[in-house]
Amino acid sequence: MKQVVKRPASLTEKPFHFCPGCHHGIVHRLVAEALDFFNLREKTIGVASVGCSVFLYDYFAVDVIEAPHGRASAVATGTKRVLKDQIVFTYQGDGDLAAIGTAEIIHAANRGENITVIFVNNSIYGMTGGQMAPTTMLGQRSTTTPYGRDYHRDGYPIKMTEMLAALEGPSLVARVAVDKPANVKKARKIIRQAFQMQVEDKGFSFVEVLSACPTNWGMTPQEATKRVSDEMIPYFPLGVLKQKDVVDVL
Amino acid sequence: MTALKKVFLKGNEAIALAAINAGCHYYFGYPITPQNEIPEYMAKHLPEVGGEFLQAESEIASINMMLGAAATGVRVMTSSSGPGISLMQEGFSYIAGNELPGVVVNMSRQGPGLGGINATQGDYFQAVKGGGHGDYHLIVLAPHTGQELYDLTIKAFELSEKYRCLTMLLGDAVLGQIKEPINPWKPEITAGDPDRDWLITGAKGRQPRLIKSLFLADGEMEKHNWRLQEKYRQMTANDVMVETRFIEDARLVLVAFGSMARIAKTAIDQAREEGMKVGLIRPITLYPFPAASFKNLSESVSRVLTCEMNTGQMVEDVRLSIDSNIPVDFYGRPGGSVPTPEEIFDRLQQAYAEVEQ
Repeated sequence: MKQVVKRPASLTEKPFHFCPGCHHGIVHRLVAEALDFFNLREKTIGVASVGCSVFLYDYFAVDVIEAPHGRASAVATGTKRVLKDQIVFTYQGDGDLAAIGTAEIIHAANRGENITVIFVNNSIYGMTGGQMAPTTMLGQRSTTTPYGRDYHRDGYPIKMTEMLAALEGPSLVARVAVDKPANVKKARKIIRQAFQMQVEDKGFSFVEVLSACPTNWGMTPQEATKRVSDEMIPYFPLGVLKQKDVVDVL
Repeated sequence: MTALKKVFLKGNEAIALAAINAGCHYYFGYPITPQNEIPEYMAKHLPEVGGEFLQAESEIASINMMLGAAATGVRVMTSSSGPGISLMQEGFSYIAGNELPGVVVNMSRQGPGLGGINATQGDYFQAVKGGGHGDYHLIVLAPHTGQELYDLTIKAFELSEKYRCLTMLLGDAVLGQIKEPINPWKPEITAGDPDRDWLITGAKGRQPRLIKSLFLADGEMEKHNWRLQEKYRQMTANDVMVETRFIEDARLVLVAFGSMARIAKTAIDQAREEGMKVGLIRPITLYPFPAASFKNLSESVSRVLTCEMNTGQMVEDVRLSIDSNIPVDFYGRPGGSVPTPEEIFDRLQQAYAEVEQ
């Protein structure tokens, strides 16, 4: 029988530990497929962040450095400045990238660091048990917004992709979702493009992936995926917000 | 080692030159007085050797960029002063947990808070006791002249690689700003063994590697911590550095490090001229602390006077190191002032008078 699909070589054999219905597994696979596509497994350094995503070192068959909370893009900058011919990517959640790591991501983007950032936005702190994230939706209940997020007190869900797209530095800034097969296919294409930018030395590429956290949302996997479609995508619109095909030179 | 042409440099510039001559081609930093000559020198001269200078958005970013570069095995440095060093403590702790090498310079300034930019030794505790979270240490070197800033910068890279431990040069505005003649030299380079089994390079033809400080499995964390403690034990056994003067027949021993030791030397020379039997112990490694020098004090010593440009920090380590009942006095002034040699001489004279009674 002909094999039509297989585990990407850039993933290890270890089964994912993620909760049922969590989208991290899909996003891991899409990133691994992009690495495989360009044959990058043996020349890639992953930078793990703090949160559920930290365990990517168990799942990706590449060298990994674990960064302090929020600092992945600074760590990746240091690594890439030395290993210019290698591929360096970070994989960060919304608490990590959009709260404690805001300064680091904005300045890595603004410098146009030739790295790839995968930003998984599930609108909540997963690993610490469901606290409000900067991306938590208005009205969304979390353990620290038990009555729902109120903009008078907590401000609005932050749109990192739009913020970064406003900068001159980045070469590719996009938001995707993995809530349905058609969106998974688009996400696969854009994540691959993001790595292609780095392979071609075109500078900073950033892909936000809207993602479900059924456990901390108190939903079934089906309900959580539907929430991404019905509530998150209307507020966090999908698409490529910025793409530069020619890199600026001094 | 190759001797190079004598130069006349500020202390900060001497550090930067020494780092480049030691093969450090990567520097990440953020401006803060009184250490700005280091990033400025690096920005100008690293491109000449094909290196990378990057001005980060904060000290938090600088230390994490250093972490990312250190993981590849290259020599890398950052520098800052008090407030910036405080911001870096998170990174120091991770670098300790990750067991990565690297050199950091603290040209300390007065605190607490924004404080002032003049010389002080108020960061001693923060430097030698860990500073960030967890049970760890940095190697801390305390130069007291321009030449020593140069020499110890090179030593700092060697020690940090030997133990995979962040090494700090602890100075202050006096040391960073004074211009002195320096005899530069180049060590045998030593850019490190490319076959080190922890380097992050991309997993070409080998198993993937991981640099991490998260240990959740049963017993793993304790094992990791014991391994770190074993390194501290090794460096205490093998790499303590200390300078002593006139201690063989001394009745009174003065203890001081860094700028304070330089002031103390003048006072001690004057005291010796006047017939007082006083000596000096100058810890060069503040961590590991030269405890053995205090355990083995000669029998003539009946009093110890510790002088610091703070209100009493190293004196705690001096007291912990002395087994006998010899009294340990302290003289110091907090950030905001630098004692004169005459002031220290007066203190020596007072203490010596009590010794003679």
